[in-house]
Amino acid sequence: MITIKDVQKIFSSNKGQVKAVDEVNLEVKEGEIFGVIGYSGAGKSTLIRMLNGLEIPTHGSVTVAGNEVSKIKGSKLRKARQEISMIFQHFNLLWSRTVRENIAFSLEIAGVSRQERLKRVDELIKLVGLEGREDAYPSQLSGGQKQRVGIARALANNPKVLLCDEATSALDPQTTDSILELLVDINERLGLTIVLITHEMHVIRKICHRVAVMEGGRIVEIGPVLDVFKNPKAGITKRFVQQVTEPEETKETIDHLVDLYPKGKVVQLGFVGESAEQPLITNLIRHFQVTVNILQGKISQTQNGSYGTLFIHVDGEAEEVAKAIEYIHSQQVGVEVISNA
Amino acid sequence: MLNEWSPNVKWDSMWEATVETLYMTTISVIATFILGAILGLLLFLTSKGNIWENAAINKIISAFVNVFRSIPFIILIVLLIPFTKFLLGTMIGEDAALPALIIGAAPFYARMVEIGLREIDKGVIEAAKSMGAKTSTIIWKVLLPESMPALVSGITVTAIALVGYTAMAGVIGAGGLGNLAYLEGFQRSRSDVTLMATVIILIIVFIIQFIGDIITTKLDKR
Repeated sequence: MITIKDVQKIFSSNKGQVKAVDEVNLEVKEGEIFGVIGYSGAGKSTLIRMLNGLEIPTHGSVTVAGNEVSKIKGSKLRKARQEISMIFQHFNLLWSRTVRENIAFSLEIAGVSRQERLKRVDELIKLVGLEGREDAYPSQLSGGQKQRVGIARALANNPKVLLCDEATSALDPQTTDSILELLVDINERLGLTIVLITHEMHVIRKICHRVAVMEGGRIVEIGPVLDVFKNPKAGITKRFVQQVTEPEETKETIDHLVDLYPKGKVVQLGFVGESAEQPLITNLIRHFQVTVNILQGKISQTQNGSYGTLFIHVDGEAEEVAKAIEYIHSQQVGVEVISNA
Repeated sequence: MLNEWSPNVKWDSMWEATVETLYMTTISVIATFILGAILGLLLFLTSKGNIWENAAINKIISAFVNVFRSIPFIILIVLLIPFTKFLLGTMIGEDAALPALIIGAAPFYARMVEIGLREIDKGVIEAAKSMGAKTSTIIWKVLLPESMPALVSGITVTAIALVGYTAMAGVIGAGGLGNLAYLEGFQRSRSDVTLMATVIILIIVFIIQFIGDIITTKLDKR
């Protein structure tokens, strides 16, 4: 659905040149939810803006839904943009129009007749769950409601691709989740391809099938979300994965616990996919002469399976502890011994 | 009672002068609104980072606007006498005041339009582009409606300035309340005529401000 080939974007200013996007190659399949994560300045915003021609690459080509967006101009580009819609961090609604009129705006651009517009707008309002707010102005809506209007507006012309430019970054966690659920719902119901950029791993974890990690204009890591969670390679990816799997204060807590339990071993377990749903701890206690103390744990759901981390303290005869850890290894669970007491 | 207070006021000529003033103001406000909006839009669209970015055209319009905005109105009228004569064949009467009024006020209003347009969130324009909007659609359905409260409050201020300008134009023969106050009031030392003309001008100004405020509040949904 989307092919990005050898794309480079250089911004020239009087202070010199900045390579915002550097040698990026990417394929996004039809019906996929593809996430791009990176800190601000990583080039992800420039990258997504090249997908609908708001930015033109300096080198390389961008093809979306059969249109070479990096090349076409004028009315062809405008036509193509109706199939590649976009939602924004700050919603970008027209304050002078009501919810209904805002949604109708993209239909007006597409030249849809008034009668059909009214009908379609009503459908969309139902789809995004804004019944009863049709005649409100954006200033009377909450952030989440505004983004729902943005989504309805973006979906009005039955696009093939939806681009989300930090679409949840201005929302509180609860609203973020409801918007993400809406996006997944749309993806499943309409088979829409979604590309989103974000700096929150939570968003990637929750809805993306595949993820690309960007740093300094380059893609440093790419793969199915679960694989990236299971086995992050680049340093930046590890930090992003930690955002989700380990709460902020984990490291401190663990250091404290290691001091607290001078005997035995503190072990970090990483569960991926099916293994996350097995009764590992029960088996451990039944089969080995060890005591297991659960220190901290977290399990997260991704689009391709669940992923969890668990910190346990294993105590007992050194030999039994070693055997127990051996057993955990054999269960296809990631094991990392934090320290020997 | 009014006649007691102002024995020299001839009400029919006062009424005639009021109509003349209203006529000059109305026509010049409409023309200023259109011309100023066009100039303001051009200033905005050709500025850096916008749809028709063009430094040369932007500088030319900007220079034109600045020059005509800076000339004191009374001098502008005199300067434009040949132009007015060429255009209308005369330099006396209400119509003769119009070119100077419009050329004097439109650049002033154009700057206000530009400021109003600049206040529009860039993201909204980008959103319209991302939906495949043409430039004309962006102008008519995004730029103008989104800046409408600023455009209306700007034209209110300009209209009030224009009432003042018509009075000045009146002094050099354009008719209206300014003309009356000067010829009938000042030159014949009938201060009651001057005072009454002033009161009527004030009433006109208050009404303009009142209407402008109501429309602005009504339009502003932010």
